[in-house]
Amino acid sequence: MAKKPVPPPETPPESVGIPVPEGATNLIDTDYQIGQDNYQARPLGVSIDIHGVVFAISSLVVLGFVVLTLALPEQATAVFDGMKNWINTHATWFYLLSANVFVLLCLGLIFSPLGRIRIGGAEATPDFSRVAWFSMLFAAGMGIGLMFYGVAEPLTHFGTSLAGITVGEDGVRTDWAPLGGAAGDPEAAADLGMAATLLHWSLHPWAMYAIVALSLAIFSYNKGLPMTVRSIFYPILGERIWGWPGHVIDILAVFATLFGLATSLGYGAEQATSGLSHLFGIGGGDTTLVLLIAGITAVAVVSIVLGVDKGVRRLSEINMVLAFVLLIFVVFVGPTLLIFTGFFHNIANYLGELPFLSNPFAREDVNYSQGWTTFYWGWWISWSPFVGMFIARVSRGRSVREFLISVLLIPSTVSIFWFTAFGTTAIEQVQAGYDGAATAELPLQLFMMLGQLPLMEITSFIGIVLVIVFFITSSDSGSLVIDTITAGGKIDAPKPQRVFWGIIEGAIAIALLLGGGLAALQAVAVSAGLPFTLILLAGCYAILRGLLSEPRPGKA
Amino acid sequence: MFSKILVPVDLAHLGALEKALTVAADLSRHFGAALCYVGVTTSQPNEIAPTPEVYERKLKAFAHEHAPDSGHEPTACVYHSADPVADLDDILLRAIDDVGADIVVMATHLPTHLDAIMPANGAVIAKHTAASVFLVRPDVPNE
Repeated sequence: MAKKPVPPPETPPESVGIPVPEGATNLIDTDYQIGQDNYQARPLGVSIDIHGVVFAISSLVVLGFVVLTLALPEQATAVFDGMKNWINTHATWFYLLSANVFVLLCLGLIFSPLGRIRIGGAEATPDFSRVAWFSMLFAAGMGIGLMFYGVAEPLTHFGTSLAGITVGEDGVRTDWAPLGGAAGDPEAAADLGMAATLLHWSLHPWAMYAIVALSLAIFSYNKGLPMTVRSIFYPILGERIWGWPGHVIDILAVFATLFGLATSLGYGAEQATSGLSHLFGIGGGDTTLVLLIAGITAVAVVSIVLGVDKGVRRLSEINMVLAFVLLIFVVFVGPTLLIFTGFFHNIANYLGELPFLSNPFAREDVNYSQGWTTFYWGWWISWSPFVGMFIARVSRGRSVREFLISVLLIPSTVSIFWFTAFGTTAIEQVQAGYDGAATAELPLQLFMMLGQLPLMEITSFIGIVLVIVFFITSSDSGSLVIDTITAGGKIDAPKPQRVFWGIIEGAIAIALLLGGGLAALQAVAVSAGLPFTLILLAGCYAILRGLLSEPRPGKA
Repeated sequence: MFSKILVPVDLAHLGALEKALTVAADLSRHFGAALCYVGVTTSQPNEIAPTPEVYERKLKAFAHEHAPDSGHEPTACVYHSADPVADLDDILLRAIDDVGADIVVMATHLPTHLDAIMPANGAVIAKHTAASVFLVRPDVPNE
């Protein structure tokens, strides 16, 4: 090919689909090239492009985990229980304190001048419309959990609050009531139950996601580093993030994501199985569970192969519509007025109880704070690399303030409304004398509540479909994120790798359910979240350093 | 016979493209056709460039360097995608329309069994466009 020695043309060649000039950012000057440590090959006609160390260690450890859990279920259960108990007793304060730090940092950034900085550069424009952006935020963050706990958690806390406090011989409380409970007072118990639920579903989880998402977005879009967790550590570790410290960070992120996802997938499978046996009388049990997870994973793999736009985006849209239909149905068929007044009442209650419910020290309600809050914080934190990376990918062009307000407040508000609708309806049923939902197993409670409303077959069916589709979208987007991390930050790595991670997620969910059930899911979520909490705390510092080094609009 | 040749370019894998680029340049000279190099990038930093703007500059520089001496300065078109691996087919089909190309010259791999599930991009393009498609395979290794 001939090379022409003429200078480049004055008029720029046509270009399509590129955002307008980005304005000032402060790119980090590093010699590292994304993918430089990657292993690329084409064995048996399948292309792969992976970060050798991160991929090898993550996949081998996880495969080993699956095989061992399936081979030695009894020992595995003992180990899971041991881990969970240790973390509950010794690390609850740490989880609670860290979560408060994340919320405070987010709120602080909203009000600080740093909030004016724009993700992607001062003149970057958003890639997505506001509505599309909000629905993706919400679908990514909670999904299956809303279905699983929408009825179950308010009902449980209502019941335990109403039952009041019992103290064991050693002076430690044995009841599960949040704070001081509300023995014998149904109204106060409903208020406390809702506040105790909302603690786990509004500001705190979204602050965790926001921290991860914001730091990934800033270091990727504004600093030019690959979109992988190690990049956040550039202000602390410098060029060392490309070496072993960075490998370890990425591997921990992969573990957190995989196990956090597997927890949700396990919940989804449990709930779908309960729903199916409740509605159609299909026998529950391990075989159904395994077949269901395998079947859904197969569909998820198809969705993975189709890609983000044709797969996960379409499914998310279907899901948003279905979830909205179910919500509207419950609101209008259930105690409508109570739900609307309850919404504001619950927000006020939640904010009033927030300092006490989130207090990390000297808690007397040990079972609630250790058994519920710690589990949630572990679960959300283990989800945070996944949700955070997803949010970061779609949030280019927003200012830090707009980003934080949207990620923190809007999903929280929707959560509060969702829980108010499902929780109030269920609590109302209990007060009217129906205890079917309250006494059922956790996965079944949603369906028992729906059973008391008209059109039970249809709504329960929608419920099952929602759980299954949430399962698929989580598994799909999770595979995408894990693939990016294990490919050294490459977003365009070959598809078979994503398929591999999709199958692995299903396998972990099966292994965990067979080797210990729901308790095992909770145990790995809190264990995988713990090391990542340290990473997030360091991330808080890094994000401040990163933002401080950005050129600020309105400042010379 | 041809007036506009579209050449998909992956700046990360130029080695695999060498043959297709030569074919495209030869066709351009032979028919006096204009060349258009198309690249797809992410808004996240990737191995080629930390921002889409840098990517675009690099693709333009590439187009300028790979100009055949037929009098036409090649153009460069950059598309960006959140999921380039999955969206590539759709983007290339859109690019064919946008550019008004009447032939696509692109590199492809040797056929494998996996193509039944995940067909090669070139195969999908050929199935969905009215433009001619010239798929350039790598040399078959001598057994």
